[in-house]
Amino acid sequence: MSGTEYGLRTTDYSAKRSNDGLRTTDYRAQRPDSAALAETAASWRSAYVHIPFCARRCPYCDFAVVAADEPGGAEIERYVDALVAEVGMEPDPFPVDAVNLGGGTPTRIPPSHLSRILDEIGTCLGIADDAEISVEANPEDWTDDRARELRSIGFNRVSFGVQSLDPVVLLALGRAHSPDEATRAIIASKSAGFEAISVDLIYGTPEESDASWRRTVDGVLALEPNHLSAYALTVEGGTALSRSIMAGAPAPDPDQQADRFEYVNAAAGDAGLIRYEVSNWARAGHACRYNLSTWMMGEYAAFGTGAHDHRFGVRSRNIRRLDAYLARIEEGERARSGREQLDDFESERERFMVGLRLAAGVEPGSIGRPFLASEEGSRLTDAEVVGLRDGRVVVLRPLLTDLVARAVLSVSPDDC
Amino acid sequence: MTALSRIRNFSIIAHIDHGKSTLADRLLERTGAISERDMREQVLDDMDLERERGITIKANAVRIDYAADSGVSYQLNLIDTPGHVDFSYEVSRSLEACEGAVLVVDASQGVEAQTLANAYLAIEEGLEIIPVVNKIDLPAADPDRAAEELAGVLGGTADEVIRVSAKTGSGINELLEAIVDRLPPPGGDERAPLRALVFDSFYDTYRGVVSSVRIVDGSMSRRDGVHFMATSLDVEAAELGIRRPALEVVDRLATGEVGYLITGVKEIDLIRVGDTVTHTATPTDQALPGYLEPKPMVFSGLFPTDGDEFERLREALDKLRLNDSSLVFQAETSRALGFGFRVGFLGLLHMEIVRERLEREYDLDLVATAPSVAYVANLASGEQVAVRSPQDLPDVGSLVSIEEPYVKVMIITPSEYIGTVMDLVQQRRGEMGEMTYLSPERAELHYRIPLAEIVFDFFDQLKTRTRGYASLDYEPDSYQVSDLVRVNILLNGIPVDAFSTIVHRDKAYPYGKAMVGRLRELIPRQLFDVPIQAAIGTRIISRETIKAQRKDVTAKCYGGDITRKRKLLERQKEGKRRMKMVGQVEVPQEAFVAALKLET
Repeated sequence: MSGTEYGLRTTDYSAKRSNDGLRTTDYRAQRPDSAALAETAASWRSAYVHIPFCARRCPYCDFAVVAADEPGGAEIERYVDALVAEVGMEPDPFPVDAVNLGGGTPTRIPPSHLSRILDEIGTCLGIADDAEISVEANPEDWTDDRARELRSIGFNRVSFGVQSLDPVVLLALGRAHSPDEATRAIIASKSAGFEAISVDLIYGTPEESDASWRRTVDGVLALEPNHLSAYALTVEGGTALSRSIMAGAPAPDPDQQADRFEYVNAAAGDAGLIRYEVSNWARAGHACRYNLSTWMMGEYAAFGTGAHDHRFGVRSRNIRRLDAYLARIEEGERARSGREQLDDFESERERFMVGLRLAAGVEPGSIGRPFLASEEGSRLTDAEVVGLRDGRVVVLRPLLTDLVARAVLSVSPDDC
Repeated sequence: MTALSRIRNFSIIAHIDHGKSTLADRLLERTGAISERDMREQVLDDMDLERERGITIKANAVRIDYAADSGVSYQLNLIDTPGHVDFSYEVSRSLEACEGAVLVVDASQGVEAQTLANAYLAIEEGLEIIPVVNKIDLPAADPDRAAEELAGVLGGTADEVIRVSAKTGSGINELLEAIVDRLPPPGGDERAPLRALVFDSFYDTYRGVVSSVRIVDGSMSRRDGVHFMATSLDVEAAELGIRRPALEVVDRLATGEVGYLITGVKEIDLIRVGDTVTHTATPTDQALPGYLEPKPMVFSGLFPTDGDEFERLREALDKLRLNDSSLVFQAETSRALGFGFRVGFLGLLHMEIVRERLEREYDLDLVATAPSVAYVANLASGEQVAVRSPQDLPDVGSLVSIEEPYVKVMIITPSEYIGTVMDLVQQRRGEMGEMTYLSPERAELHYRIPLAEIVFDFFDQLKTRTRGYASLDYEPDSYQVSDLVRVNILLNGIPVDAFSTIVHRDKAYPYGKAMVGRLRELIPRQLFDVPIQAAIGTRIISRETIKAQRKDVTAKCYGGDITRKRKLLERQKEGKRRMKMVGQVEVPQEAFVAALKLET
């Protein structure tokens, strides 16, 4: 399959779109932390595809993942068949502005399979011609050939799980790549013509030092990615990391993580990357469309094990286990394991709480002002943790966003 | 009517676990008051039996008919007493209704301080004592040693000590015979105006106040107009009765008898333990010696966790006070804790029991402040001011001196622990008095010690250091001037009244340091740095800082995480501890309680 062919098809499907006024030019010009961009993102629609295969499970990971050294070709094929079938079952297809292949490790499976999936989404849902088509990748899988191939089948954004440039930290995180491989992967994707390159980092691993974090941040920024995600290492229940901490291994220290955040935030800013969410920075025009849309309660379809979608105000989730997922799809059914529909107040509250994560803040709606006027709200306002800026509610100390969100939970429907 | 000579009124005095209830059961069973088939373990403590006819009668007095070996029938009234020294007032009222007491000691444990204290109380009341060694069936029993100790304490011989096993029934006949032979019948004048002692009183939701009475002179019949002398209350005796242990209504209670009286009075303050009941029409002019205003020794602030529960707390305290006239309280406002009560207790156990009953029976969630004692401040003006709470202490400028209450402490300990007990008492500013050996293995130690030094954890420490073998009893002694200071705790610069304490100057620094350190652990991090300081007057003696919280956010939140994250936040919100705002600082409820468990 050729890129040209794909391009033709996307042009066709974007023509099916009805009333959206969002154009490339609009958002390309916006700062990633602008309110206008955020509000535009609320009307974007996207598709998420989960590829559960990994070489092994990282000690901190609690995603729906199947760890296998070399997944057999037959197993991968069966899963891709199921994905394609599931995309075909979408009852209310809509053209999408963003496609995200995540995992797991999408680069663990051959590009031809990824191409089949994109094709099916293009056929059944439609992909806008300016869509962001993004793939998550591990540096060790990323060769020059692979980069060119993925670019040619339509991917225009790649997000690398670099995590650190310190070999000691990489080892502690159970990552298979070396710092050099990470550097080479970023350079390879540039030469393959990827317009958008994102790097994921993890900070606050107990094995990491201030100096090693500075080297990681400085080293990554020197490669000039146009998007950066930096996450504090989080101990999720049931993971190997959580078990080893319970057995006495050192746990991440929140104050140290706050120091690391401050360093990366300052360095990224100096390098021209603007923070637009708690853990995300981008140059103008390079905010992640898929993520921004999900934070703005945009609609998204989702396919694969453990995937969650959000359509018509309903959140549904798929079965996490691979065998059960496959069995259901192969019987010709959606592999849903649950759904959630919030009432008006709950969904307004959810919109507000999730929106607090954005640097652009969130429209007060019906809950913002009662919240700011509440006892906890005014305490947080007095302490300058949260404030009203240009008519939007903004968390001024982003590392305390959850504290603010919990205070929002005290607001009752009667207050609104 | 039973002739006075055929009546015996007695109590059983025993240390907790020394078998009082089992012994009472055995007496009831042996005299046929309850059949063996109906026999249920520990009848006197059984709440189910006490719910007959809607009256929840506490175990207090049971009438037993006993046919003695001589062929003569007797009416025995077994009057229950609370076991603990905190209730010595209640004990003394109960003992006043008796002519004799059965003093029970566990054959394996020997004499305990509390038993001894109550035995001395009984002797002071002029009661005849029958010493009993119980549990002689136990493998660890040493009846000879226990009998020697008892005889030593009471000044008799070991032969007079009756050896029983309440469990097997051995020795019970001998005890019953001793009760009729050795205990005197009640005195009293059947023709004199009515004088009845109220020795217990409690509130029943349906019947109002139910009182236990002992007729000292004259007699009381149903429908009689009666007069309560301490409260000048005139009412009708609506119902009279006795327990066998089943309730039995009677028309009349005669001289020397014991029973219950219901008047329909609902006001809980009107019928006090210790009061004298006489006839309204033909009153006595001589009240029985008995009624004393109770003297609280230990004070603590009780605050509802939920400020809206203040009125419920007041009602609950009012109700508790009906069968506990020793409970005193007055409304108090704390800047940190809001509205509550300053409550006075007879002692530490009393405090624990009241708190527990308020929480359990009245379903209240309470915060209790550090127990303190009643100090007296001598002012430059010559005035004396009672200080029941650290906040009451006048300014240093106007103070000449502070006096604190001392208690006389009696400790009985195995000889091997005498050294460690002496250490403990010295740390607590105790002054050694006499020491006597009850036997080569056990000693009785006497001290004078500031009450404030034993209100925290003295009893626990004593038990720990002696592996649980030592026992303790104390009674109030005089006030004495001491070098005392108030240590204030400041949170973010604001003094927190609930944490301030009066301590001896020598202990102020370690106390302040420990309290500040403890609070730093108990108070979660806030939005800003919070200094915690301990101060005497304006002088800061210790300081710690709770550093501002910097990070409270989940790193990742994407499409698939939104529901999960919202639920997580909701769970965290639910699980968040209840907080009280102290100035701008959020303090968890349990910090108030936990900080007070501080060892000084």
